Parts: sequence; structure tokens; C-alpha cells
Amino acid sequence: MDFDSLTFHSVTRNFGRRRALNRVSLTCRAGEIVALLGPNGAGKSTLLSIAATLLSPSAGTVRYGTHTAGDGGASLRGRIGFLAPDLFVYPELSAAEKLTFFARLHGLRDVGPLVEAALRGAGLYDRRDDPAGNFSRGMRQRLAIERALLHAPRLVLLDEPFTGLDDAAVEAIGTRLSALRDAGAIVLLTTHDLEVAERVANRAVVLSGGRLEAIDMSRGGLRESYRRVATP
Amino acid sequence: MTFLRVVWLVMRKDLLVELRSREILYTTVFFAVSCVLVFAFGFVREGQPMGDVGAGILWIAVAFSGTLALGRAFERERQSETLRALLLAPVDRPALYVAKLLGVMTLMAAVQVVIVPLVALFFQAPLFEHFLMLAALLFAGTVGFTAVGTMFAAMLSRARSRDVLLPVLLYPITVPVIIAGVRGTAALLQAEPDPAAARAWLSLLVSFDVVFITLALWTFEPVMTD
Repeated sequence: MDFDSLTFHSVTRNFGRRRALNRVSLTCRAGEIVALLGPNGAGKSTLLSIAATLLSPSAGTVRYGTHTAGDGGASLRGRIGFLAPDLFVYPELSAAEKLTFFARLHGLRDVGPLVEAALRGAGLYDRRDDPAGNFSRGMRQRLAIERALLHAPRLVLLDEPFTGLDDAAVEAIGTRLSALRDAGAIVLLTTHDLEVAERVANRAVVLSGGRLEAIDMSRGGLRESYRRVATP
Repeated sequence: MTFLRVVWLVMRKDLLVELRSREILYTTVFFAVSCVLVFAFGFVREGQPMGDVGAGILWIAVAFSGTLALGRAFERERQSETLRALLLAPVDRPALYVAKLLGVMTLMAAVQVVIVPLVALFFQAPLFEHFLMLAALLFAGTVGFTAVGTMFAAMLSRARSRDVLLPVLLYPITVPVIIAGVRGTAALLQAEPDPAAARAWLSLLVSFDVVFITLALWTFEPVMTD
């Protein structure tokens, strides 16, 4: 299956009495990078988890083109790449074993060359047989990003992808995201780094207190616009 | 990708991780052996067991060490949220359940390989005289126990008090497994072994397995989505 847009329509998510998302509506299209900004606890990770089909909304709908998570099922999940803050790393497995495992789980062909390319992309080829538990945070982050992108997903969901990365790695990830956008991927990422967001994203939205507001990036730069929207 | 291929991939990954860390294997074997030893101190006087207690002690050791293995198997997936990565994969989610079930069963089988001879030794239980029937009882009992336990452990993997809740939920539901296992094993160990009674208890275990595996396969996906 394939799709060219991700649409949240009036999505609400409650955790017990706490409302994490309040009637959020947003459309992301193929070929654009949308930065999801907001303070800690604003609901950004919840929104990404809903887009990744790991959480159901309490109210509202999420559509992937004409499909929903319910009718898309496993084939929809095969078109989603998700980077979570916890990185999904098995400390006992080597970098190569981890990527090979997920490549096979996604039913990819020619796993060996794919994994090798991913390890080279992450700058981890020389450490491919080392257990991921011995890696630094930045190395694990790069490995996790490669894991999320291994199956060339249409929808790329990245929760704080630049955390723990040095400047060169941030630059490399930025270039990678631009290439994904040009190839027609829908990229939705959360970050607290406004400079990077301004550099890589086509547009930005702010989640604050569970509500979503668009930012006009053309007016006075992202930082100033963000401050206007996010400050109560 | 076929259901069985997913089961094989995930189970092989789990066993590889366990082979590297040996964390669950060592802790469950140590716990089960300690359990048998403590009962041996209590129920063996001058080399003679006090009454026909071997069957009960064997199944208590299996149940307690199995609970430990179930908790740790999912704690490992929780620590780096790798369970979410598995749930995101484009595969039948019940295949993940079956893979986890088989992984825990393999560990429990390793524990049983150690404790069955120990129970036979300490409690002078003729466990090897009806070995095939005993193996069938242990297998069916382990399937039933882990079928329920794997479902609960997966459900509780994100709960704060999962360590307390797992045995609280697991033991009441698996009481029939423990009773059938103990009574079936005891039927084989008594002075006049009763294979017919053991077969009847085995049938009960198999029925339990079928019901709970069916239920778990049916409910795993909706339960894990939230």
C-alpha cells in the first residue's frame, strides 16, 4: 500500500483524567518536512505514537492517504519508519545483528548489502560487530536512525532525532532528511533545537498544552515566532 | 512474511540475546534449585522424604521460576522500549506472542532439565519410571502456564507495578494447570502408579492450553495497541 498524506482530524488523546492532545488537526504531505515543536510534556511524542499506530486516539481520526490504521494493518506499518527517544536498542546485539534482524522482520531482500550501506551511512561500519550496549548515545542514535529508515518508509516519524549528535552528525542527518523529502517521503519530526528545525523543515507547528498552532516561519525567524506562539 | 518465519526470527533473536547475557537462565535455574533445596531441608529427614511431596515441589519450582522468567523476558523488551519496535514491524502481531511464548518455554525446559533429577534425587521420587508421561505433563503444563503468563507479562510491560501484578494475576488463572500437573505427576509417583489418571489430568492440561492460546492469539493485537 502507499499514501501521499498524513491527516490528523480533531485528534484527542486522554491518559486517565489527563488530556495529552486536544482536538489536534494537521495535514502533512509527501515531499515536506514538518517540525513539531513544543515544551516538554506538550504531547509531541503522543502525537508521533498515534501516527505510528502504537496508540489509538481517544477521539478523532488519523488517515494515511485514504487508509486508516485499522484497514492498513501490517502493510501500513511497513511504510512507517519511527525513531523513538528510547532508540529500540538491544544492548547484547551488535550493530549489524540489530539492523539485520529488523531488515528481515520487514521482509527486505538483499539484506547484507542493505545493512552494510546503512552501517556505512551511520559511520559505524568499523564497529559493526561491537555490541550496541557499548556505543555512546550519539552512536546509538545514528544506529537507531538507520534502523528507522532501513525499509525506505513513506512516513518518517522522528522523535528528537538530533539528541546526542555532534555537529557533523546533525549536518549528515539534515542532508539525509532533505534527500528523503526530495524522494517524496512525509517527514514529521520533533525537536527542541530551533536552529536545526529552521534549517531542515519546510514548516513548523507548535504543540502547547495539547493544542496545535501553526507557525509562520517567514515572519522574523523560527525562534521569534515560536516564542510568540508558545509563551502564554 | 509468513507467520512461522516471524516466530522463528523473533525467537532466535531472543535466544541469541539470552545466550549473550545468560541473565534469565542463570537466575531462573538458581531460583528453582534454591526452591527445591529449601523444600528438601524441610521435608527430608535422615535421607527419607516425609510423605509424597515430590510432585508438589516439582511444580512449585516450575511455577515460581517460570514467573521469574516471564517477568525478566518482558523487562528486557521494556528497558529500551524494543517491544514497541517489534509491534511496529509489518508482521502479524500474534506471531510476536507465539515467539515470546516459545522463548520462555525453552528457558523453562532448561530449568526443568536441572530440577527434575534434583527432585528425583532428594525426594526419592521415581520420576524416570514413566518418563514419557512425565515429559508430556511438564510440556502441557508449561504451555498452559506460559500461554497465560506471556499474555499478562506483555500487557503489564508498561505498568508501573508489573512485578507485583504479574503473580497476582497469573497464579489464580493458572491454578488448574498447577493442580492438574501436581495430581498427574503424583499419580505416576504413588506406590501403585496410575497412568490412566495421569492421562486424564494430561487431557485437562491440553484443553486448558487450547482455550488460553486461542484467547491470547485473539486478544494480543488489540491489547498491545494501547
